[in-house]
Amino acid sequence: MSAYSMPDKKGHFGRFGGIFVAETLMRPLEELTNAYEKYIKDPDFLQEFDDDLKYYVGRPSPLYYAAGLSRQYGAQIYLKREDLNHTGAHKINNTIGQALLAKRLGKSRIIAETGAGQHGVATATVAARLGLECVVYMGADDIERQAPNVYRMKLLGASVVAVESGSRTLKDALNEAMRDWVTHVDNTFYIIGTVAGPHPYPAMVRDFQAVIGREARQQILEQAGRLPDALVACVGGGSNAIGLFYPFIDDDAVAMYGVEAAGDGLATGHHAAPLCKGKVGVLHGNRTYLMEDTNGQITETHSISAGLDYPGVGPEHAWLKDSGRANYVAATDSEAMSGFHDITRLEGIIPALESSHAVAYSKILAAELGKEGIMIINLSGRGDKDIQTIARIDGVEI
Amino acid sequence: MSRIEKRFESLGKSGRKGLIPFITAGDPVTDITVPLMHAMVDAGADLIELGIPFSDPMADGPVIQKANQRALAHGTSLHDVLDMVKQFRRKDATTPVIFMGYLNPVEAMGYDEFVEAAQQAGIDGLLVVDLPPEEAGELNELLYQRDIDPVYLLSPTTTPQRMEIVSLEARGFVYYVSIRGVTGSAELDYDEIQQSINEIRQHTRLPVGVGFGINSPERAVKIGQHADAVVIGSAIVKMMENYNGDKQRVINAVSGFLHSVRDALDAISKS
Ligand SMILES: Cc1ncc(COP(=O)(O)O)c(C=O)c1O
Repeated sequence: MSAYSMPDKKGHFGRFGGIFVAETLMRPLEELTNAYEKYIKDPDFLQEFDDDLKYYVGRPSPLYYAAGLSRQYGAQIYLKREDLNHTGAHKINNTIGQALLAKRLGKSRIIAETGAGQHGVATATVAARLGLECVVYMGADDIERQAPNVYRMKLLGASVVAVESGSRTLKDALNEAMRDWVTHVDNTFYIIGTVAGPHPYPAMVRDFQAVIGREARQQILEQAGRLPDALVACVGGGSNAIGLFYPFIDDDAVAMYGVEAAGDGLATGHHAAPLCKGKVGVLHGNRTYLMEDTNGQITETHSISAGLDYPGVGPEHAWLKDSGRANYVAATDSEAMSGFHDITRLEGIIPALESSHAVAYSKILAAELGKEGIMIINLSGRGDKDIQTIARIDGVEI
Repeated sequence: MSRIEKRFESLGKSGRKGLIPFITAGDPVTDITVPLMHAMVDAGADLIELGIPFSDPMADGPVIQKANQRALAHGTSLHDVLDMVKQFRRKDATTPVIFMGYLNPVEAMGYDEFVEAAQQAGIDGLLVVDLPPEEAGELNELLYQRDIDPVYLLSPTTTPQRMEIVSLEARGFVYYVSIRGVTGSAELDYDEIQQSINEIRQHTRLPVGVGFGINSPERAVKIGQHADAVVIGSAIVKMMENYNGDKQRVINAVSGFLHSVRDALDAISKS
């Protein structure tokens, strides 16, 4: 039996989490909580979820021993290959789960927010498959830097709405999706793409993503004969990280490192690292660490990677930080670029810029762990969507 | 008795429908807010809702979103908004002022400091859009101690069970959101609104104000037939979009509009 039992009935992880939304959404959230609590224990639901993950997504994803990277960085490095999932990232695990819930609740319309576009593509994908109307909100700036994913969503039949308000990135897309949901609560299911938002989203998304860690735990025991010394994952909202961490949470000897986006550097203020540098506050339905000014206004974030460009973070990470169970660190844009090139050249794997932050930190961690130390990096997604950004930064015309 | 209770009591006695305009503090410029508040009272406002600007107004439609951005563009902070109310109180000691906003600026200031400052400034009510009663215990204790009324939204999706929860925490009046949607949305379903108001009155003895989507004297009258007060936000805030540096022009426009709503509402009380 697990010793860890977060969150409580109202969605609190210690002082974090909870439900902070306008009254109109209280009832829909209660309905969703009831459905989630019922189906997450329902054998038929779980069977359908597992089957979809196996036959449609292609799970289990491999745990791959990265010999080249291990040699270069100086530790035993394994990659959890979420980049090999259908649609190219871990995001699909969660969208499959939530779409199955939407179907059981009889909702005909699905909405989502997206930053990098991976969650938008994953949502458009499941909507196409289930024949549901799909609207994806995306910051106008992100639409520019993630053009291939915008086109993929459109091919899949989704409407992509450009969000021009605020900082024109992920947080504004989330605001707009919430406004849509309030307006269409009766027929609409909002698929949030990360472990943020009001309860039950942080717990529900974690439970759908926990397949990553369950597989990885079994795979590392088979391949290395023991548990790893450390887990490393990038943290935007924190869904790929919690998905890997959660099944190891009672394994006290396994250290956990969440890697935030340090942008131009933590000292410059131009970053997206609320756990490293933020303050506790309330945004998007939960209490967590946030990037905000002294007046409580949310500040603009900066990251090379659209998927990490978010001023908040899932409340469970805030709790894991305060309780000391997990460590939160950050990698700059240029460190992430180095990580990107290292793994591409040494392993023949082109990672997403988000995941490249985890690779970047693994280099520092390897030096601490030493040659016999074992770590698992969550390779949360593949880099096809980022090719244009990479080329631009490297000064190459394509 | 709080200023809000007193105001609703005297409205009830005179059979007058309450008129509650909403503006965002500091929109479009800092020094328009206090004169605008006085002008709104002169034009027939019974209570005033003053919006605290926030970077991420999730429950607001485009009109009030832009108002928030305009106010934040020149740095309107919660401290500034408290100062505005202090100034307003120098000339007006009776019109209740209700703060409406989002939780994070209040959290950033700290509950104790905020509640004390709010009382000193002369704030009468606080409506925090993203703070449901379930999470409000700590803040409400402080508010009750200082006679500031926590005001709550009820919506078409609120169940009778939740109405009970809300009415336990609410003081002053309850605010029924007339639509499923954000502020400023278009269509109103008057039958549903009437039914909901009747239902709400089964659960609370507090007066019922109705808002979201009331943008004309005609709509105000239809709502005023059932509600104790109407709240008008986006229709007023929209007038700030035409601001060209001439404050008096905007103030006159708002006053003219409120006068027309006032006259229309007074016609129902008489009939
Ligand atoms: C490949 C990839 N990794 C990570 C993230 C960050 O999200 P999270 O922190 O929820 O895993 C994203 C978000 O778009 C992503 O596309």
